[in-house]
Amino acid sequence: MTRFRLNPLNQRRWQNFKRNRRGYVSLWLFSILFVITLLAEVVANDKPLLLWYDGAPYFPTLVTYPETTFGGEFELEIDYRQDYAQELIEPKGWMLWPPIRYSYDTINYARMAPAEPSLDNWLGTDDQGRDVLARVIYGFRISVLFGLALTLFSTIIGVIVGAVQGFYGGKIDLFGQRFIEIWSGMPNLYLLIILSSFVEPGFWWLLGIMLLFQWMTLVDVVRAEFLRGRNLEYVRAAKALGMGNVRLMFHHILPNAMIATVTFMPFILTGAITTLTSLDFLGFGLPAGSPSLGELIAQGKNNLQAPWLGITAFLVMSTMLTLLVFIGEACRDALDPRKYYSN
Amino acid sequence: MDKPLLAVNDLKISFAQGEGRVEAVKGVSFTVNAGETVGLVGESGSGKSITALSILQLLPENAQLRGAVQFNGESLLDFSRAQMRQIRGHKISMIFQEPMTALNPLHTVEKQIGEVLAIHLGLDRSAATAKTLELLELVGIHNAHTRLKAYPHELSGGQRQRVMIAMALACEPTLLIADEPTTALDVTVQRQILNLLSQLQDKLGMAILFISHDLNLIRHVTDRICVMKDGEVVEHGTTDEVFASPQHPYTIDLLNAEPAGKPEPLSNNSPAVMNAENIKVWFPIKKGFFRRTVGHVKAVTDLSLAIHQGETLGIVGESGSGKTTLGLALLKLQSSEGQVQFLNQRIDTLDQKQFRPLRREMQIVFQDPFGSLSPRMTVADIVGEGLDIHQLASSHSREQQIISALADVGLDPECRNRYPHEFSGGQRQRIAIARALVLRPRLIVLDEPTSALDRTVQSQIIDLLRSLQKKYNLSYIFISHDLAVVKAMSHRIVVMQGGQIVEQGATREVFAQPRQEYTRELINAAFETDQSV
Repeated sequence: MTRFRLNPLNQRRWQNFKRNRRGYVSLWLFSILFVITLLAEVVANDKPLLLWYDGAPYFPTLVTYPETTFGGEFELEIDYRQDYAQELIEPKGWMLWPPIRYSYDTINYARMAPAEPSLDNWLGTDDQGRDVLARVIYGFRISVLFGLALTLFSTIIGVIVGAVQGFYGGKIDLFGQRFIEIWSGMPNLYLLIILSSFVEPGFWWLLGIMLLFQWMTLVDVVRAEFLRGRNLEYVRAAKALGMGNVRLMFHHILPNAMIATVTFMPFILTGAITTLTSLDFLGFGLPAGSPSLGELIAQGKNNLQAPWLGITAFLVMSTMLTLLVFIGEACRDALDPRKYYSN
Repeated sequence: MDKPLLAVNDLKISFAQGEGRVEAVKGVSFTVNAGETVGLVGESGSGKSITALSILQLLPENAQLRGAVQFNGESLLDFSRAQMRQIRGHKISMIFQEPMTALNPLHTVEKQIGEVLAIHLGLDRSAATAKTLELLELVGIHNAHTRLKAYPHELSGGQRQRVMIAMALACEPTLLIADEPTTALDVTVQRQILNLLSQLQDKLGMAILFISHDLNLIRHVTDRICVMKDGEVVEHGTTDEVFASPQHPYTIDLLNAEPAGKPEPLSNNSPAVMNAENIKVWFPIKKGFFRRTVGHVKAVTDLSLAIHQGETLGIVGESGSGKTTLGLALLKLQSSEGQVQFLNQRIDTLDQKQFRPLRREMQIVFQDPFGSLSPRMTVADIVGEGLDIHQLASSHSREQQIISALADVGLDPECRNRYPHEFSGGQRQRIAIARALVLRPRLIVLDEPTSALDRTVQSQIIDLLRSLQKKYNLSYIFISHDLAVVKAMSHRIVVMQGGQIVEQGATREVFAQPRQEYTRELINAAFETDQSV
């Protein structure tokens, strides 16, 4: 992290962040989990990572091979988990499997669904026979990515709107604020439900719909910082140098507003993840079959006789949100100029 | 003589900072006797305010105190918090520098003073009100009963300082600590407050510990002084002795640091750089549901002035006279009415975008050297920014121009990759001047460029500005409330009051023979202590 050049201020902040042990450890744990789940296809998949057949390598996770490649009968993709595939391949080569031989949508027909945890399915299977651990890994990834994307876009929009309102003030500010007041008064959960019944909401649709109501979080903070910042002497000095408005806003005033923004971001992220999970729980979220933590919670509720579903969902959600909140707290402390850490 | 009222013995104060500790005060000793005024003089950073705060134990958590502070024979450093609260505001009270921030903006005068009375003397409401009224009259607030319900923002700076003094005196303390009590005030008000303090001292017989960087003031009001430098007392003695025969070289420096000298004489036929006619800046006051304009705050009214090549035009006036607004209006940083000609071109009719290319010809240096530099940019970026905006330099010559601008203002060009917080106030002001200078402007508006600086640094900056003017034939508009500085800088001066010109003319003539009563008052207030020598 310290490789790229940080100015002294940011160096001090990074030191402050590291001094908050809880936040620092949380950042590491979260990063490890996030990297692992980013590589979900390599960690949990129903295809071998590498396949050696007849003196040549094959990469089933990247390329789709028909059965005929390995001397089978049909032009369909081969199901590597079946005994039939192994009988075809084993004599002339070998397969390297990922640690978990299930993808999020692989159905284990061998056991009665939902099946309790076993050596094969480490966290058991859900009520459609899919491996819970694989689904958790994919679900974690999609939750975090969704949260990050929503945070990123709502930050960009929020900062721009707040900056324009605060910098120009006057009528723009007045009408902007009134619009936000009306817009934030909309019952957004109902609107989400209504909208998601018009379209089949995929990842991007859902992101767009939620963005409609999420961008306002930062506007007030950024606006306030810009109202204050435009009267700072160094901003005036830059204006006297002949600097244009856009550069003035983003080069000189924005860095002041960034502290408030960065402080808010981890909490926007946790909020976004929770919202997505609750929509999935209600069945208005991601399309059916997608790996999602909300859907796992719903399954846990519907299958009380299979406690591993509910317990897993609870543990994963609470761990993820706890780590994020700890990181957020450490960020907030690191950026607080009054916070003072002594040895 | 019996025991002194306050005895500070070998006081050391250090602050935890990062990994180590910074020693701010390194073994200071002094005494204050009952009924006496002792001055603590020094430049900023000399540790004088910290010493004063430590007496009341008002220092932040990370401070560590060693040594002894004896008050009435008791050791204050051993007091518990509850015991300290009995002392603060009761036996020892304090007046702060900035009357605006030291009063709570949400409470009325009556409530703020009454609070002290309730805490320490246990007065009930009606008794407190009566006493408050008495105190307000004591500190010379006219029609005190109408002012009881006033909020701080309804009072002028001088009145606020009087209220602060009334608060400090509420419990008739035996020691009053005055930390730069008049620095934020205009000269004429300054004098009133000082007179008030000495009257009150006679009446109530308290001792005053007077902290200031201003030697003229100190000389006027104190019996004894301690000169502080870098956390140590370098010289102490009775005021007359120290001023008559200073021993320590630093004291001599301080005494000689009064701004002196004259601007370079001007050739008679230098062309006009800027001509402004009938400048008017009125801020509308809007009221009611439809925001109708019911009146105006007249910051600047029908003001005309001209400035020539290589000339310094001083603009003096007290706070609120509209001098800063005028400076901003001339640079189009504040919307205004009236005609402005710059280098024979009308600029009042241009919009901001059309005007932008012309901005490099006219620059501004602000008062506060801490606020006017972006804390997130290196010195090279700050100075070079103007070059980037106006595309005046290729990347190679940019570096060269930055180096030469820094050399011009007397800074080591090697420091260009550091950040503003690593520099002192005077150095920062030099950076701000370099930022203006690098664009090779014709006109620089200097808005109180020396007011936030110590006297010794002030004279350096004035020398620098004068030499730069000679070197580049610059024109300055020099805005200041400090007449001594203006006198040393300006060819001509304009005296402003209430947004209008009261008097203008060549500096020497105005100072020698002020025609207007107001000018005379200003000059008297500023130079009185000099003349009394």
